[in-house]
Formats: sequence, C-alpha cells, structure tokens
Amino acid sequence: MLRLRMPLFRLLVFAGALLPFALLVMDAFGGRLGPDPGERLTERLGLLAFQCLLVTLFMTPLSRWTGSPVWIRVRRMLGLFAFFYAVLHLLAFLQFVIGWEDLWVAFTKRPYIVFGTIALLLMCPLAITSTRGMMRRLGRSWKPLHRLIYPALVFAWLHFLWQARSDVGEMMAYAVIAIVLLVVRVYWFGWRTLVPLRRA
Amino acid sequence: MLIKKRPSWALNHSEVTPESVFRSRRRFMAGLAATAVAGSLLPRFSVAAPAPVQGQSLPFTPMPDFSTDEEKTPFRDVTHYNNFYEFGTGKEDPSRYAGEMVVDPWSVTVEGECDRPGTYSIDDLVKPLDYEERIYRLRCVEAWSMVIPWIGIPLADLIKRFEPNSRAKYVYFETLQDPEHMRGQRSVFSTIDWPYREGLRMDEAMNELSFMAFGLYGKALPKQNGAPMRLVVPWKYGFKSIKSIVRIRFQETQPETSWNMIAPQEYGFYSNVNPEVDHPRWSQKRERRLPSSLLSTNWIDTRKFNGYGEQVAHLYKGMDLKKYY
Ligand code: HEM
Repeated sequence: MLRLRMPLFRLLVFAGALLPFALLVMDAFGGRLGPDPGERLTERLGLLAFQCLLVTLFMTPLSRWTGSPVWIRVRRMLGLFAFFYAVLHLLAFLQFVIGWEDLWVAFTKRPYIVFGTIALLLMCPLAITSTRGMMRRLGRSWKPLHRLIYPALVFAWLHFLWQARSDVGEMMAYAVIAIVLLVVRVYWFGWRTLVPLRRA
Repeated sequence: MLIKKRPSWALNHSEVTPESVFRSRRRFMAGLAATAVAGSLLPRFSVAAPAPVQGQSLPFTPMPDFSTDEEKTPFRDVTHYNNFYEFGTGKEDPSRYAGEMVVDPWSVTVEGECDRPGTYSIDDLVKPLDYEERIYRLRCVEAWSMVIPWIGIPLADLIKRFEPNSRAKYVYFETLQDPEHMRGQRSVFSTIDWPYREGLRMDEAMNELSFMAFGLYGKALPKQNGAPMRLVVPWKYGFKSIKSIVRIRFQETQPETSWNMIAPQEYGFYSNVNPEVDHPRWSQKRERRLPSSLLSTNWIDTRKFNGYGEQVAHLYKGMDLKKYY
C-alpha cells in the first residue's frame, strides 16, 4: 500500500511545484504579464525560486511534526525546483532586464546582483550532487555539503531585500518564515548542524 | 520709480492687472489671508477650463510644437502600469487601489515666498486657463519609458499667478497624505517618510516644458495617474513628476525630496535623465519602451535629458551632472 502511494505523492508534489511555471507560461502566452512582461517574468521566477527554497526547508520540520518520512523523500526534488526557477530567473534577467549588455558591471558592481549570484553559485553543487548516485558516492559528506542551502537562503534573502525600492514588508514576512525554519533546527539538532561542509 | 531686480519668470504686476486694481486687491487680500476664497479673486483671462471630473473628457488645444510623434503607449498600459507607492509597490496596485482615494473636493495650499498664498480649489486653478495637449516621453528611473498625451497647463502660467517673490529660488510640491484611503501609507515597512515630496529649482519650474497635468488621453486624470493634478517634467526621471498635489511652497532653500531622503546616493535632487550616469543598481544607458514584449523587448537608447536637451540643457550649464545627478 505504502509502496503504491509514494510514487503518487511524489507525482503530486512534482505537479504542484511545476504548476506555478505552467501558470507563468500561460500568462505569458495570454499576454497577461502587462506592458513590461520581461521584468514581470523575472520577478515571478525569482520569487518562485525563493519560495521553493523555503518549501524545501519546510520538509524536515514537517516530517518531525507528522512523524512521517514522506516529506524527506520529496525534499531533493523541491530543492531542484528551487534551482530550476533560479536558473530561469537568471536567464530572464539576462534576456529581458539587461539584454546581455554590461555584464561585467552588473555582476561585479551591483551588490544585489552579486548576492543573487552567490546564492545561485551555492546552489549549483547541491543540484549537481542531488542524484542518488552522487549521494552514494559522497556518503557521509553529502549532508554537510547540502547544508550550503542555509547560506544560499541567506544570500537569496539579502538579494531580495536589496532590490526593494522602498517597502520591505514582504521581505520581512519571508524573513520571519526563514528564521523560524532555521531556529527549529537549532532547537532540535543544535546550531552546529547549520554549519555547512563540516561533519557533525 | 523704484526698480527692483526681479527674476525673469516673475511677471511685472502691471502686465497682469492694472496697478490700482492690483493694489486695492492686495489690501483686500491681506484682510482675507489664509481664507479659502483666495482663488475666486484671481483674474480670469479666457474661456473657463472645466475642472477635471473623473472619467470625463476635457477640451484642449493640441500643441504639436511640444509633442513627439513617437508611437503613444496605449491608454490601458498608461493606466495599469504605475508607480504610485501610496497604493502599494506593485505596478498594478495603483490601478487596483487608487479608487479609494478621495479627489473631490480637492484643495491645494500655496504658501511660502509668494504674494498670493492661499488655499485654492481645482476650479480656482484651472478656470482662468486653457488646457493644452502635449505628448511627452516619460522615462522612469527603472529603465522603462512611455509616450503619454497629457492634458494640462504650462506650470509657468500657474506659478506666475501666485506671484513668487525674489526669494523664491525653489518650488516644493507635496502629495496628499491620507492613510485611511491610501493603503501604501499604512504599511509599517515603508521607508518613505510620508507625504511624498518633490521639488524643482525655480528656473526649472518656469521652463516651457514643465507642465501641470489634469488629464491624459483627452480625459481627466485617472486616480492612479495622480488625479486631480500632477506635475510632468519630461526631462527628469518619472519620480520627479509628483502626483495628486495638495501643497505648493516657494522657498529659498533646496527642498527635501522623498527619494533623495531615502537613498541620496541613488536619487539626486536633479535626477535629470542621463545615460552617462548609472543608477548604482542598474545601467541607465538604455530603456524598454513600453509596451515591450517577450519576443521583442523594444530596447531604445536613452537620450540625455530624455531628448529634451535643446529646451533644458542651458539650465545646467557649468554644472557637473555626474555630481549633481
Ligand atoms: C545570478 C543570479 C541572479 C541574478 C542576476 C538575479 C537578478 C535579479 C533581479 C535583476 C531582480 C529584480 C527583478 C526586477 O524587479 O526587475 C531579482 C529579484 C529577485 N530575485 Fe534574483 N537574481 C539572481 C539569483 C537569485 C536567486 C538564486 C534567488 C532565490 C533563490 C533570487 C530571488 C529573487 C527574488 C525573490 C527577487 C524579488 C522578486 C520580486 O520582486 O518579487 N534571485 N533578481
């Protein structure tokens, strides 16, 4: 019974994580992204990437609260979705927001872009080592490596905050969620488990 | 005869009103200082321009000399893609929530270094003048731009009637503050110190391009575009063109302006459109002319002073525009 339900659950999560992308594509083709669709697309993809990160980090607390391991089994997939949206976000930025010009200036002189880039770079090794084969190869180092998601989250949030023009209410709301997700880990597992690359 | 040095924009009183009439009115005005009827005493020049009423058409004279023939940004986009943080920071927030703003009745307080301070109704302000239509480019500091047919009056004509004195070096403008009806002002996380403020140097304000708009696309201004009256200074970034104005003050010192107060290293007092000076967070060399699409972004090169250099470059002669951005 459980064996049958797990693939279905994974499928549902997969569909759920892909749904915002489908909606975005539909809005794009339906002309519902407004007069500056490139900018809108970039924003929505960035927000989706960030939200996916938070959802990914929500799986561990969920599995503890529900006492069920199913959440952990979809965690890697959700993390990959965060990466997927972040890469699309970067491509949208390059294509629609700066039009592939002045790249050097953008990626060196503009702090919020630098923060976003650091966040994405931190996510790259996680995406690459997310396969089952890589998990086996890395063994006990896999977990410490994947704790890079915490600094990635922090840099992504700084990036989010820094691009605000004046109202930071939304960023603060997300900060509260992020802090709760980190604090419960400290409470359960100790602060050392938040330090990446270090074997506990 | 007493010859007083007056700034060039200050009309000689005798050009406007016979001296005797002016003097007697002046005495009378003094007695009425700070009362709400000041406006009804202003001279009437021509056919009365009707006060703008939401959604209604306004009569106007097209001004081809002040208009670009570039393709206009569609009405729908002009009215549904706005930065008006009083209603939220999203581009659709203003069209969604500006309906909550109360624009009737509306009064504008004129104060400071001028001879005709007072509280004016919109009727008082527009009645003596005729509306013009000017099709201007609008360049947002966020690197997008539009082409908008505004209906309004030259700012200089409006200002002259308040008779600024020789100490009036700057003019300051303020947007309505009404948190009950402007949800953006209720946000505790906003870094804007409400009300929204803007200002111009007096010679900028008196430049022939500076415009006070009461409408667009032939109709009274929609609320999200700054009803009932807003500034339009097309050679400066859009945020200088302050919306829903309730206060005009003439002053000797440079006024504090909202974006400059929040991030002085990003937004200067002048904020002239200038492709040579980048915003610290993005380039200003190009702009997306809206509507843009995913298939063709519609990039165009940004022009210095938004292409209005001929009319305004002289205002900044000798100024280092990299320093006074
Ligand atoms: C090379 C990497 C990145 C670049 C160049 C970049 C660029 C940008 C730009 C230009 C914006 C402003 C969008 C606009 O208003 O036009 C933005 C917003 C944003 N980005 Fe990124 N970004 C990068 C990576 C990331 C990553 C890794 C995340 C999250 C995991 C992220 C999350 C966000 C969020 C949440 C926003 C705000 C969207 C909103 O306004 O609602 N970005 N990014």
